[in-house]
Amino acid sequence: MKFIKARLDYLFSSTKGLVLVAIAMIAITSAIWGMLSGPLAEMGIREVVIKALGMDMVPAEREGRIIILYHAIAMAVVAIETYLINGLLKINPLYKTVINGLITVGYLATMVFGLGFAYFGHNWAFHGLYIAGLTLIFAAGVLLVIALWPWNKEVRQPNKEYARTKSGLDLERVAFFATAVTTVISALFGAIPGSFFGNGFEVFLAENIIRFPEKTTMEYSIIGHLHIMLALIAVMITLIIGRWLNFKGTLHKIAMPLMILGTIILNLGVWGVVTPLEPIAHMVIYVGATPSMLAALLLLIWSWRMLIQSGTQNIVQPTILQKLKALVEDPLKFGPTWQMLFMNFSTSGLGIFMAVKLDEIFRVWPAREERIELTGHWHALSLVIATIILMYYGDISGLKGKVRQLFGWAIIFFSDLALAGITFFEMKRLFVEEAQQQPLVNGLMLAVDTGLAFLLILLATLMVWRLIDLFRKKGRWFEEKGQELDREVLS
Amino acid sequence: MKWFWFRLLFPLFLLSACTPVDLDAALPSFETNIDPNTWAQVPAGDFYFGQYNTVENTPAFEIMITDVTTRQYADFLNAALRSNSIKLNEDEITGYYPGDSFSGKKHEERIDAGEWLYIPLNDPAQHILFDGTFFSPKQGYEDHPMTLVTWFGARGYCEYYGFRLPTEKEWEKAARGTDTRAFPWGDEILRSNANFYASRDPFEDMKTFGSRTTPVGFFNGTTYPNGYVTLDSRSPYGLFDMAGNVWQWTANVYEGMHYRFLRGGSKDTYEMDLRIFVRNNATPTYYSPGVGFRCVK
Repeated sequence: MKFIKARLDYLFSSTKGLVLVAIAMIAITSAIWGMLSGPLAEMGIREVVIKALGMDMVPAEREGRIIILYHAIAMAVVAIETYLINGLLKINPLYKTVINGLITVGYLATMVFGLGFAYFGHNWAFHGLYIAGLTLIFAAGVLLVIALWPWNKEVRQPNKEYARTKSGLDLERVAFFATAVTTVISALFGAIPGSFFGNGFEVFLAENIIRFPEKTTMEYSIIGHLHIMLALIAVMITLIIGRWLNFKGTLHKIAMPLMILGTIILNLGVWGVVTPLEPIAHMVIYVGATPSMLAALLLLIWSWRMLIQSGTQNIVQPTILQKLKALVEDPLKFGPTWQMLFMNFSTSGLGIFMAVKLDEIFRVWPAREERIELTGHWHALSLVIATIILMYYGDISGLKGKVRQLFGWAIIFFSDLALAGITFFEMKRLFVEEAQQQPLVNGLMLAVDTGLAFLLILLATLMVWRLIDLFRKKGRWFEEKGQELDREVLS
Repeated sequence: MKWFWFRLLFPLFLLSACTPVDLDAALPSFETNIDPNTWAQVPAGDFYFGQYNTVENTPAFEIMITDVTTRQYADFLNAALRSNSIKLNEDEITGYYPGDSFSGKKHEERIDAGEWLYIPLNDPAQHILFDGTFFSPKQGYEDHPMTLVTWFGARGYCEYYGFRLPTEKEWEKAARGTDTRAFPWGDEILRSNANFYASRDPFEDMKTFGSRTTPVGFFNGTTYPNGYVTLDSRSPYGLFDMAGNVWQWTANVYEGMHYRFLRGGSKDTYEMDLRIFVRNNATPTYYSPGVGFRCVK
């Protein structure tokens, strides 16, 4: 009993334990549900999984299932980010305990009962618990906003190396606060139409109505919700990585106001889609995205310079090669910002390219093809966010030496292979006639599937290692129980 | 050493993705015993429409039990060329369309009155051959659905014979009957029900040319001489291929949109797009090896 209690205590009351549980839940979900589509479905594995697990998948209800699946995974990611914020920033201990408790129960209920309802027969009690889970997460979000309140005297920033006002207001904390507030408000943009459509058992995927010139306010709200929530998860992980790496100095002082401004304008643009301002909402979104992305770029510049400087501090006049070596010496510290840069190729760059080629692409290609670009680019962004979290987790798990190198580079290589493959897949019509595409599709899908498969194997290996560790009397888990992230911020 | 092999094999693998597709690859021949000149009667009355099963209504109409075949379309082109109903412009066939009204909505494009593309003749995937005077179907594809045809070309065919394209409502009623089924034959789909992406029918080879069309009415419950078993996948009114094989153009022109809607899913899409209520759309000049049509009267 004591054995179990000690492990549960670690898993559910320490930051690192909570993050581990959430990653494990996402890993299990990805492993099982990943077999229901794509190449594994083509191979017939889908049918085997459905039969083996006793799933009940009515074809007409696919849209509803997909929405619940997205939420199940997304809520676990939101929980991870919340744990990381609570571990990295100065948060009132009572708030920290309550927020972590609420969000843990919330995401587990969302995941277990949501997927139970969607894929294993429609037990409406499960649906109620799924909604209850989402509500708990919302409540945790509100509390996090309160806990992050940046105008408290106790959280003033005394160090002039960081972005702050003259009175000592910590602008990094304001950026966290702004992101948290807007996340909570943006959640309502999904919750309200969710209730509206759910009441009539109506469900739709935004990508399927994108071409209709007239959309209802509720439909606009859903489209805005899904875009902004993913964007905010990305903004939050950027802030988290900045805190972990101890982002500071002049670039920090420029980046934080940009991040605050960008987040607020971005949200105003997205919220504007449900108002008469809809026709100019996209322009506002572009205006908001620019300072946010610029802030991320400043983090990248700062962190790469920091990695180069710390890696060459014992060399009097380092050569370019020595600087490059220093930059990539630790893949877990280099990787997160590299992924942010790579994202510009797989997500932002693609979006801009498509927008420039609007007359050749969106107004000509069939809607199903446009859907591939739409779903492809937010899956790509989700993958980028997941890999950044994994790299941070690899660091806080204490990976060292060759294992650290292997883990970090494998994540970078295989995820970028998959992302590059999917990016070219999305644009394949620009290079090859439709009737001639199959060999290209086969090659690209092999690259994508190889990348994703190795990532999942890597994740499974990490999880098995951590599982075995739990059986050790004084394994890593024992050490991690008393550790907190704010004490592991780079000096 | 391992990295050496990886570095060697990976570029080779990528190069293999550039292999050209043999569009003349041998095509199996099967006799379906389905006559594409047959029409089905659809009675007037209510039916369940769309994803949310709203009750709608259509008057009685008749609809072709199969997609228009390549042979039928070649016959049309020969007749229409003789009667000057179509024009031959170098590598394309065009025909007159009276135009759409334009409301200037977001992303809307003008479709003015004039000559519009029916089919391209220079596309290597085209199954209609033209020797300068006569159109003929490519050998083996005679009873396959006509593809690489624009919305104008589909409409032109139907109108030439005094028919028309089905509205979305007519199409869906013909596919679904009066219940709420997801597929023309019921609520579940198996590989032997229809031609979709990686459905393993005898016409596809995913390693080389990918998915190809099947002859119209192929999924009719026949076990073919090579042992390939199909399920009888007719709709309640006896229509074949209302799910899979080729997307089918429908008639509706909606205010504020130049896009035309396609129904039924195709050989190039997963099962989810074969559900009756799924809508696809494209600009009316779009043509594809996975798009065809049928007519109503």
